[in-house]
Amino acid sequence: MQLVKTFAEHYNYVITIFLMMAGLYIVVARGNMVKKLIGLSIFQTSVYLLYITPGKIIGGTAPILDPAFTVYSNPLPHVLILTAIVVGVATLALGLALVVRINECYGTIEEDEIFAKDDDQ
Amino acid sequence: MSLDLILRIGTKLILPFILLFALYVQFHGDYGPGGGFQAGVIAGGMVILIGITFGLGTAKRIAPQVMVERMVPLGVLIYAGTGVAGLLLGKNFLDYGVLGHDPVHARELGILLVELGVLITVSGTMTALFYAFVERGR
Amino acid sequence: MTAVMPHLPALQIVVPLLGAILAGFLRRGPTAFAVALAVSWLMPFIAGALLWQVLGGGSISYRLGGWQPPYGIEYRVDVFNAFVLMLVSVIGAVTMPYARRSVAFEIDEGRQAWFYCMYLLCLTGLLGITITGDAFNAFVFLEVSALATYVLIAAGRDRRALLASYQYLIMGTIGATFYVIGVGLLWVVTGSLNFVDVSARLAEAATVQPRPVITALAFLTVGVSLKLALFPLHSWLPNAYAYAPSFATTFLAATATKVAVYLLIRLYFSVFGPTLNFQKLPVSELIIGLSIAAMFAASFIAIFQTNLKRMLAYSSVAQIGYITLGIGIANKAGLTGSIVHLANHAVMKAALFLALGAVFYRIGSVKLHDLSGIGPKMPLTMAAFVVAGFGIIGTPGTVGFISKWYLAVGALNEVGWPLVLVIMASSLLAVIYIGRVVEVAWFRDPSPTCIGASDPPLSMLIPLLVLTAATIWFGIDTQWTAGIAGKAAGMLVGGLK
Repeated sequence: MQLVKTFAEHYNYVITIFLMMAGLYIVVARGNMVKKLIGLSIFQTSVYLLYITPGKIIGGTAPILDPAFTVYSNPLPHVLILTAIVVGVATLALGLALVVRINECYGTIEEDEIFAKDDDQ
Repeated sequence: MSLDLILRIGTKLILPFILLFALYVQFHGDYGPGGGFQAGVIAGGMVILIGITFGLGTAKRIAPQVMVERMVPLGVLIYAGTGVAGLLLGKNFLDYGVLGHDPVHARELGILLVELGVLITVSGTMTALFYAFVERGR
Repeated sequence: MTAVMPHLPALQIVVPLLGAILAGFLRRGPTAFAVALAVSWLMPFIAGALLWQVLGGGSISYRLGGWQPPYGIEYRVDVFNAFVLMLVSVIGAVTMPYARRSVAFEIDEGRQAWFYCMYLLCLTGLLGITITGDAFNAFVFLEVSALATYVLIAAGRDRRALLASYQYLIMGTIGATFYVIGVGLLWVVTGSLNFVDVSARLAEAATVQPRPVITALAFLTVGVSLKLALFPLHSWLPNAYAYAPSFATTFLAATATKVAVYLLIRLYFSVFGPTLNFQKLPVSELIIGLSIAAMFAASFIAIFQTNLKRMLAYSSVAQIGYITLGIGIANKAGLTGSIVHLANHAVMKAALFLALGAVFYRIGSVKLHDLSGIGPKMPLTMAAFVVAGFGIIGTPGTVGFISKWYLAVGALNEVGWPLVLVIMASSLLAVIYIGRVVEVAWFRDPSPTCIGASDPPLSMLIPLLVLTAATIWFGIDTQWTAGIAGKAAGMLVGGLK
């Protein structure tokens, strides 16, 4: 019972860890380059969740001073993660651009086939 | 070019509202959720929508490639320039407190300028990415 | 001048950033090169002024946007990072004139301006990681430099460079994300992102919540180790260095991994050092073990490479092993060895890669069998290669000896004589892989590929010779390298528990 309670109280951490492991597994286990990038994105998404979770205060509002409110959420993680999201988007875009060029040069985006093509040289 | 009448008319109807929403998100960013990043993506999305429904040629008439590619460094220049302006006026880099007659207004002006830079860079980048990917393999 | 002095920490980052914007606007190779050259030559003056200031009296703190630390981002310069700033700036300034012909030869006309733009962004990122006192700001700069690096690697005409860049992108992003996870855990337990502030609050946090602190240490170690290519995490490095354009390889080999090492030392000694008792955690043993594995395994693999850029890349992994060995030894002499080897290895490896770049410029290949008998055809280039190679081996009179001397002294005090023997034995492997090239280049009949070869133009030769001269000079006069490194190491070790 205690275990279920701990689980339920920390469910967003459980989701974070699940996304982290799922993303990392995709990066390691898949040979398709686009799938690898998707795995990488999922992995990065888990970090966004990791940061946002402790920043939320239940009942707190956006941190804009107003006499009607007294409890505010911490804005810092949102700002940090906005930056991290932009970094993630840039990485994904660059990764996809590289995959497009790899596909043009090799005619495939499967890693094992590409290695086989380079070994032929 | 798509011949689907509903898509084309629907796109035409929705376009001004997308742009208006982008501007709302941009200028409401200091008192609510929003800011340059989100507004930039929405504005970039507008060009992408035009490109998808009316073809790349139409999109490029509205947002020429040369302009889009110049927008990317221009936005960063506005951001960095705002920082340097603080530096030239004797304060630290990115200190906007000296840009106006009193610090509160000066900081508001500073953050608006920075967000303007972000808007330009992000919308430019989104559009440039779209053009770059669409043009491959032609 | 007095108006500029207080803003030098910001200018160190803003000038290359503005340079990158300008290069992005100009869009023409030669003008972008002029911008990159001007910025690169300005950087050592800024870094030098900062170094001179901190050597004179204490550390410099610069508040970005005027916000007081730990609430705002703080740029914090002490002897250690001023030394690394100087290193990155000087390498950029010395190698930049080389870029013009090398880049024109290896990169398509339309991409050259972007190449210089990315170089300047990479420089911004590397200097930013070094100068910032904020953990998250360091992550942002880490990604700025990394994204620029992926483009630099993929910019050439070799299709394998695309694959290398992609693999580096995957590994580099995982590394950076691990770093952010570690920083996030530290932020959760301390509520701060400023290195100094985190360090001050960590003592209390670690007694209340030891587990997240140790988890953070693990994530940060793995993340940064991926970036600096510590032995089992080095798989991205050989291909990236082998297939990137010559100038990109030179600049990255000399600076990128060094800055990651800086970050690791900063985290270990300035952030965790005063709190965590490293004797209780097997950090030292782990780092020393992996470093020794790197020194031997990577050197051994280097012996069997036929592509010389790839050989030098494996040699880099081995040399990074020496640098991390000093971190593991963690006494003043050992850490001095690490820090001085940052600079020494940067100088030697840059010289070696420049020499290979010059060979590629003349004969279009860096395969070992194509280089046979090239010594007499390109005498100055290959002589420089031999001298810098002696440095890698660690011959007395070159910079390599200085680093290994300090490491050996540190090892003797901390671990004992077996480690000294290990350091000497691993140097013998370097004799084999460097000696093999020297034998083929100088003592064989010329191969058909290098009949018409000759030394490269002066703009490429002078940077190479300057770095080679530095290999000897700093092997004899160690005041500016080992002297400052010793001060930095004393400061870092002084904070240890």
